[in-house]
Amino acid sequence: MTILSALVVFALLLAASFVLPNYRLFQLSTVLMSAVAILGLNIIVGYTGQLSIGHGAFYAVGAYATAILLKDQLAAYWLCVIISGVLCFVLGFLFGFPILRLRGHYLALATFALGITVPQFFQYSGFDKFTGGFQGIVLDKPPVPAGLPFNEDQWLYVFCLCVAGVLFLAGWNLVRGHVGRAMIAVRDNPTAATAMGINTGLLKTTSFAVSAFYTGIAGAMSAIIVQFVSPDGYNLFLSVTLLVGVIVGGIASVSGAIFGSLFITFIPNFADSISKALPWAIYGLMIIAVMYAAPGGVAGLIDQIVRKGRRIKIKHAVEPPSQNVEEAK
Amino acid sequence: MPAGFETLLHQIASGMANGAIYAGLALALVIVYRATHHVNFVQGELAVFSTFIVWTLLQAQFPYWAALAISLVLSFVLAALIEAFILRSFANAPAFTVVSVLIGLLIVQNSLNGAVFGYLTKQVPSPFPDTFIVSTKFFSSHQLGSLLTILGVIVAVYLLLRFTKLGLAMRAVADNPVSSSLSGIPVGLILAASWGIAACVGAIAGVLTAPVVYLEPNMMMGVLVYAFAGALLGGIDNPWGAAVGGFLVGIGENLAGAYVVGTELKLGFAMTVIVGVLLLKPAGLFGRATIERV
Repeated sequence: MTILSALVVFALLLAASFVLPNYRLFQLSTVLMSAVAILGLNIIVGYTGQLSIGHGAFYAVGAYATAILLKDQLAAYWLCVIISGVLCFVLGFLFGFPILRLRGHYLALATFALGITVPQFFQYSGFDKFTGGFQGIVLDKPPVPAGLPFNEDQWLYVFCLCVAGVLFLAGWNLVRGHVGRAMIAVRDNPTAATAMGINTGLLKTTSFAVSAFYTGIAGAMSAIIVQFVSPDGYNLFLSVTLLVGVIVGGIASVSGAIFGSLFITFIPNFADSISKALPWAIYGLMIIAVMYAAPGGVAGLIDQIVRKGRRIKIKHAVEPPSQNVEEAK
Repeated sequence: MPAGFETLLHQIASGMANGAIYAGLALALVIVYRATHHVNFVQGELAVFSTFIVWTLLQAQFPYWAALAISLVLSFVLAALIEAFILRSFANAPAFTVVSVLIGLLIVQNSLNGAVFGYLTKQVPSPFPDTFIVSTKFFSSHQLGSLLTILGVIVAVYLLLRFTKLGLAMRAVADNPVSSSLSGIPVGLILAASWGIAACVGAIAGVLTAPVVYLEPNMMMGVLVYAFAGALLGGIDNPWGAAVGGFLVGIGENLAGAYVVGTELKLGFAMTVIVGVLLLKPAGLFGRATIERV
């Protein structure tokens, strides 16, 4: 059922590449990549239960790594994306290890500092030669492979769709397999998880690294989509935006990443036109409101509705005979 | 005195002045941490709010100390209300939820500050006269004033916690909320008051920051990171440790900026302290290591 609906969605999105205008394809590509970043953040936040407020840093590292490699044509664009992801995985592991061996919410604190500090490194004048300083780096669109019936924008979108498809499939397999169950166990009861033989520190660190890998790839892809990186784009606001996506979409839900991504892509467009302060305010209020009223986010609400629907169906299946009995009396 | 040594002393002195501000905000963080066991991500934004109030009143020709007094009262009330009405409803929620809510509050407060007071940078005068009581070679008047003010605040908080009934109740609630409640302490009021007092301490750090950098909604973001580093270094459950940590971070940051990484990457120093402390001595220099019974 789930696999079938996922396949249908994938096929529809693929078909969209022939129908939609380039601007819509660009928007959809952005939504897909935000969804990948949110899924990544959800792995550490939702499944392993460790709050990260600095994932924008990995997004930035991924974007800059790809931009720097592409600028001097050091590698093919798809290879750049993979290199960025692996780089973020390694950095995430090294950063996470000292913090995640500890219990408690030190990760939130440390990643808050990370999210504020990393953008400064990309502004640092000593690295201007690589990062382009405040000007940033401008990129070209990736070439269309020979023999495919796409223009550049369509191909970029299809590429995004394939990357997102692979990462969503991998993520879905990860969280419902034994690693995913171990992550949930660490989140819900670290003591019991340790007693069952899970190395909690290592597991938390690895899921942080995997999460950084996803976010790094999303960052790299976003640099290719937007064809531009600059230090302004990767401030604390980005990190909080991703967190809002996780919380609104649904904590510990794979499909929630897509709802979250739609929310963070389209709400600011709308809110920005009213007031500069409004997107932030809406994000903040949404976090508080979702935490208060619907901790499962959009995915949780949909799940509830579906279950309720099923329960009603079952009720109907059982009830008619009892009515007959009453009538018989 | 050789010139190099004198520069070093200068760097240490201005580091202490910055450190005073970090110590103030770190102290505020610890007061909240001890009361509710959460790192208060909103602390910096509340301080910005207080500073904006002072600025607004100064624009309306209020005398400085009256403006500060009104701002402290308003900050106390706002923080106490946030604790009582928003965070209280998450009292039994998992830590994860509470931290998320605090992040939400952080950005709401930040955007409110921006929406109400504007995003243009504003100049806030220093409360201290240009020629201070003693003019020194190493401190500017504002730096010396900040240092003395924060030391005064630390002493005041010490006296409050040690010698007043409110302080005793605050320590009792931090130690064991259930027993405190059973012995008749109004725990809810004390928690709200702790938030309020922390907001006042943070407000003082805020008004001391504003003359150094310009006042704008994101003024305290960086300072908050340094305060985190200071609080962790000193021990996040120990007010005096956190204050000392704040000073150490201030001095270290200035020395690192002057001699090692350059001014542009100073925040990297705070980052290094945070990761270093968590790696080597998670309880901090003066904190109590928590041992959990399994």
